[in-house]
Amino acid sequence: MKHILKIVAQRIALGFLTLFAISLIITFGVELLPGDLAQAILGQAATPDAVRVFRIELGLDKPAYLRYLDWLGGMATGDMGVSLSNKRQISELVGIRLSNTLFLGGFAALVAIPLALALGILAALYRNSLFDRSINLVTVTSISFPEFFIAYVLILFFAVKLGWFPGISNISTELSLGDKLYRTLLPAATLTLVCVAHMMRMTRASIINLLSSPYIEMARLKGIKPMRIILRHALPNALAPIVNVIALNLAYLVVGVVIVEVVFVYPGLGQLLVDSVSKRDVPVVQACSMIFASVYILLNLFADIISIVTNPRLLYPR
Amino acid sequence: MNNFFKILLSAPFSAKVGMIIITFYLVVAIFAPLIAPYGEYYLATPIAYEVWSSDYWLGTDNLGRDMLSRLIYGARNTLGLALTITILAFLLGGILGMTAAALGGWVDQLLSRVNDVFMAIPSLIFALLILSIFGTSIPYLIGTIVILDATRVFRIARATAMNVAVMDYVEVARLRGEKLGWVIRREILPNIAAPLLAEFGLRFCFVFLFLSALSFLGLGIQPPTADWGSMVRESSTLIAYGDITPLIPAAAIAVLTVAVNFVVDWMLHRSSGLKDVS
Repeated sequence: MKHILKIVAQRIALGFLTLFAISLIITFGVELLPGDLAQAILGQAATPDAVRVFRIELGLDKPAYLRYLDWLGGMATGDMGVSLSNKRQISELVGIRLSNTLFLGGFAALVAIPLALALGILAALYRNSLFDRSINLVTVTSISFPEFFIAYVLILFFAVKLGWFPGISNISTELSLGDKLYRTLLPAATLTLVCVAHMMRMTRASIINLLSSPYIEMARLKGIKPMRIILRHALPNALAPIVNVIALNLAYLVVGVVIVEVVFVYPGLGQLLVDSVSKRDVPVVQACSMIFASVYILLNLFADIISIVTNPRLLYPR
Repeated sequence: MNNFFKILLSAPFSAKVGMIIITFYLVVAIFAPLIAPYGEYYLATPIAYEVWSSDYWLGTDNLGRDMLSRLIYGARNTLGLALTITILAFLLGGILGMTAAALGGWVDQLLSRVNDVFMAIPSLIFALLILSIFGTSIPYLIGTIVILDATRVFRIARATAMNVAVMDYVEVARLRGEKLGWVIRREILPNIAAPLLAEFGLRFCFVFLFLSALSFLGLGIQPPTADWGSMVRESSTLIAYGDITPLIPAAAIAVLTVAVNFVVDWMLHRSSGLKDVS
């Protein structure tokens, strides 16, 4: 047990080190600009006075390490600074959008994970059958499709031709949960299609990989039913890679939402990020990037910890 | 050469289809000016979003430019850029990865840890951050994606080269006094070429999709250059009227990535030498 705690502690420390390194990259990326940010945004034509005022507004008159500490402290306490384009508090802009994005991602994940696991186990059980082959073909193709292609195909059929669902999913806090789910169904379906394929292939591969090992052979020779072999004998050992893939895909969901949000004009964090990039509203981009990167890293960290504590080899050391 | 064709002919059906599609795209990209009915920037008609007709096979875009011609030129621009980025990423990541594996010690530790940090950042977020700081211009776009992609190449190049670097014949070459460059080029590279080639296909798909996604967001290749991602973006309003024109550039992206994936699947299967466990 001590052994596991040590590995987990190491992994957590590494995760926070990575977060620290990323916060450094996000803040000091600005320093790489020839000249500085104020000059770059205002352009060559700006008067020196305008640049100087803007520089003070951005805090560029202070030394870099002070700015970094200010920024980090602000991020931790929820004061993320002020947007350049509309002078509003970034925390105000981010708050509701973050919960919208998490809602969409969570919705997609709740559908995608059980579906992927079931399909993966079935494909492993009936491998090389027609079912396995056709599902393999479908997943290879859907992995290769750009998200916006899937999104537009869904819009074309379900929103325009059939008119079942709205093609633009503008949700707000006043809507009931049912209404929210209805409006986010198409974006969630797009995300599900993209990440089910990955998860399902991984589940199938890791179970098939295990099925050739001697103890499975033994179980089969004892006459245990195939379904029970997979669920009781293969799955516990395949859990670590599967959990890893699920977390990777959840992390992917958090980032993949950016494009889907733009297609469906969904009021989420991704939309805000893309808008801010085209306006070069650097403080907002920094705040959004840090949030996205943190969620991504924490999910990966979580997955690693789960795969460590569920690993039978570490749980029962010889 | 004869042998090469024999291997090609032994490919499964899906891989053959993939190779035919890839060849078709390459031909279209290379001979774009000869095939396209109009020029890339030519304003063929003052009417925007004209419907499909014998003059404009796929209609016209938001500025009245011929869709088909822009689709054909788009093959050239998007494919060319994606290929350039992938090659640069392989040069950077491959050389660093093999060096790390061959040298070992603190060089390996340093490169690997820096690489881990870069890989921990979601690529789209990293790219958006860089583009917001430096603005959307092609050199920065190339630089950003090359760095992002090189991290993935580094990891696979290092992992595969590690297995080779411990072999006796590499040790012999070292004891013979061969220089690092020689060891990498003559001993390590030939032995990891097959997995790297398959990885090249996968990385190309990734770069291609990534570039299209950025263009679709309006942050990649900038107009008036024809590019499939931005073409989808520019004509996306047509979807609301049930017009499938915006889906065509998107489908062009999808078909190419599927084709490359088919070929890569076959190459991986061949190089692993494994038969399906049954």
